Amino acid sequence: MRKHAIRTIVIAALLLGTARAELNIEITQGVGSRTPVAVVPFAWDGAGPNMPLNVADVIANDLSRSGRFAPIPENDMLQKPTSGADVDFDDWSILGVEAVIVGRVQQTGDNVYDVEFHLFDVFRHDHLVGYQMPASRGTIRQVAHRAADMIYEKLTGIKGVFATKIAYVTAEQQREGRLYSLIVSDQDGENEHTVMESKDPIMSPAWSPDSRRLAYVSFEGSKSSIFIQTLRTGNRVRVSSKPGINGAPAFSPDGRKLVVTLGGIDGNPDIHVLDINKRTSKRLTTHRAIDTEGTWSPDGRHIYFTSDRSGGPQVYRVSVDGGTPERITFEGSYNARPRLSPDGLKLAVVHNDRGNFRIAVIDIERRDVLVLSAGRQDESPSFAPNSDTLIYATRAGRDGVLETVSADGQIRQRLASGKGDVREPVWSPFARY
Amino acid sequence: MPYYKLMAVGLVSLMLAGCPAQPIPDPDPVDATYGGDGGADTDGYSGQDLGDGGPVGYEDPSAGELSTVIYFDFDSSDVRADDAEIISRHAVQLSNSAGMRVRLEGHADERGSREYNIGLGERRSQAVRRMLLIQGASAAQISTVSFGEERPVEFGSSEGAYAQNRRVEIKYTN
Repeated sequence: MRKHAIRTIVIAALLLGTARAELNIEITQGVGSRTPVAVVPFAWDGAGPNMPLNVADVIANDLSRSGRFAPIPENDMLQKPTSGADVDFDDWSILGVEAVIVGRVQQTGDNVYDVEFHLFDVFRHDHLVGYQMPASRGTIRQVAHRAADMIYEKLTGIKGVFATKIAYVTAEQQREGRLYSLIVSDQDGENEHTVMESKDPIMSPAWSPDSRRLAYVSFEGSKSSIFIQTLRTGNRVRVSSKPGINGAPAFSPDGRKLVVTLGGIDGNPDIHVLDINKRTSKRLTTHRAIDTEGTWSPDGRHIYFTSDRSGGPQVYRVSVDGGTPERITFEGSYNARPRLSPDGLKLAVVHNDRGNFRIAVIDIERRDVLVLSAGRQDESPSFAPNSDTLIYATRAGRDGVLETVSADGQIRQRLASGKGDVREPVWSPFARY
Repeated sequence: MPYYKLMAVGLVSLMLAGCPAQPIPDPDPVDATYGGDGGADTDGYSGQDLGDGGPVGYEDPSAGELSTVIYFDFDSSDVRADDAEIISRHAVQLSNSAGMRVRLEGHADERGSREYNIGLGERRSQAVRRMLLIQGASAAQISTVSFGEERPVEFGSSEGAYAQNRRVEIKYTN
């Protein structure tokens, strides 16, 4: 009983900590057994009473949100060591904790800090990883996420994605009409900033492989154009504004090309590959059906796309050199908006599941279909760069909200929004350190 | 957005044929006879398979106002028979006034994937465009844009809302 009450308080405190963020996270479905771990509050060695950011909180939050770990509340801890030498494995063993994280934040100058952490295996009495990273007030949150990434990878064998970002589009009803915004935030919804705002629709954001640029579609001036915007500077370039459709951009793995959908004057949407610097384009499909939503295979050799040449939308793939497209999906009447996992093993689609539009993942080798989401109108699946988790948009009442789901369907979480209709999430590649 | 009064098809078009730049007169409603539905084989028009869609968007010619919104059935870009008449009258207006421009804005309901819905909206715009061209409008007068599901007129997830959102809006831009 006592333990339960404490947990509730700690969860409330964690929620308060993120209350300013636009997206708050709640776990809607988790695995049965989550591994108990302890993230001990870090020592602070610097000016003033508090470190610039509670690093242990950020790490515990990340591990908790993964759905695979249950960080124990601070009040349950029998000891609070801040260095490896002080860790008493028996104390943690009694609590059933399987891994302990300790660390400290040391101020080394004006707005310069060292963040150090150590991860221990309680049962084996083993030091799994230790790391020291420089930080500033502006980077310390990112440094904490990177620590969580290393811890997660040591414990699960899967690369962590806590230091990655997401981009998404919001639509807010205002007095004079709707305001569309393109937003980038940390993957936990923190630290969001507006990339672009418009009274006309914004669609289809896509990350460059170096995470520095976003391509997107804007309808400013009541026609569609594709832009590439550099995040650091805000500079943007209009790369396509032909008559009719300019849509569905996706960067090639080398970042030099975009696959796009162009409609042309006759309005027949086809897949084209655009060389960003040379401004040349090559048409890959010529069918009179709708061909759209192109995406690259991780090896850059194929374009997967949606086409309704068979009657309803299905996924096809074509060589980047052209040729006859090959049909990839056969199960169900509607499979659209393909996205390949970065490891190339899985294909995520919007799939009509008995009248509901849901996110499904298709195993490329075995071709079996696994439905991952449970909404009526789910869309825009995007893989995390570790291929282990996806983000997508679903509905909560009238508004769009974002959810993440593990690729095995076991863990699902909602990122509840405070602001309008949220849609079209795209997960960034791994950051370059 | 301007709306356009019903015009007498045969007579007025003959009168205006030689002077396209002249402002469109605003005639009283005339008991005009329409030339059928412009040919049964018109691309994008289907005389059958109208589903169970009602005459949404149809306005009685005697009412005098020409509708600028064309509605479509689910996953269809086939123009309904009533709407074919409305489009014919827009085609006459355009062919009578070469300086006139329209933008055809195609829309889809919210179901399914967003960029695919851009394709569906464009297909609807193109169905209307082809009917306008066949009936005398010129290509230079018509531009198309598809907003897919991005600009609904009805929010919500009912069939009623979906039916209102599957549409092409004919917008006169000058």
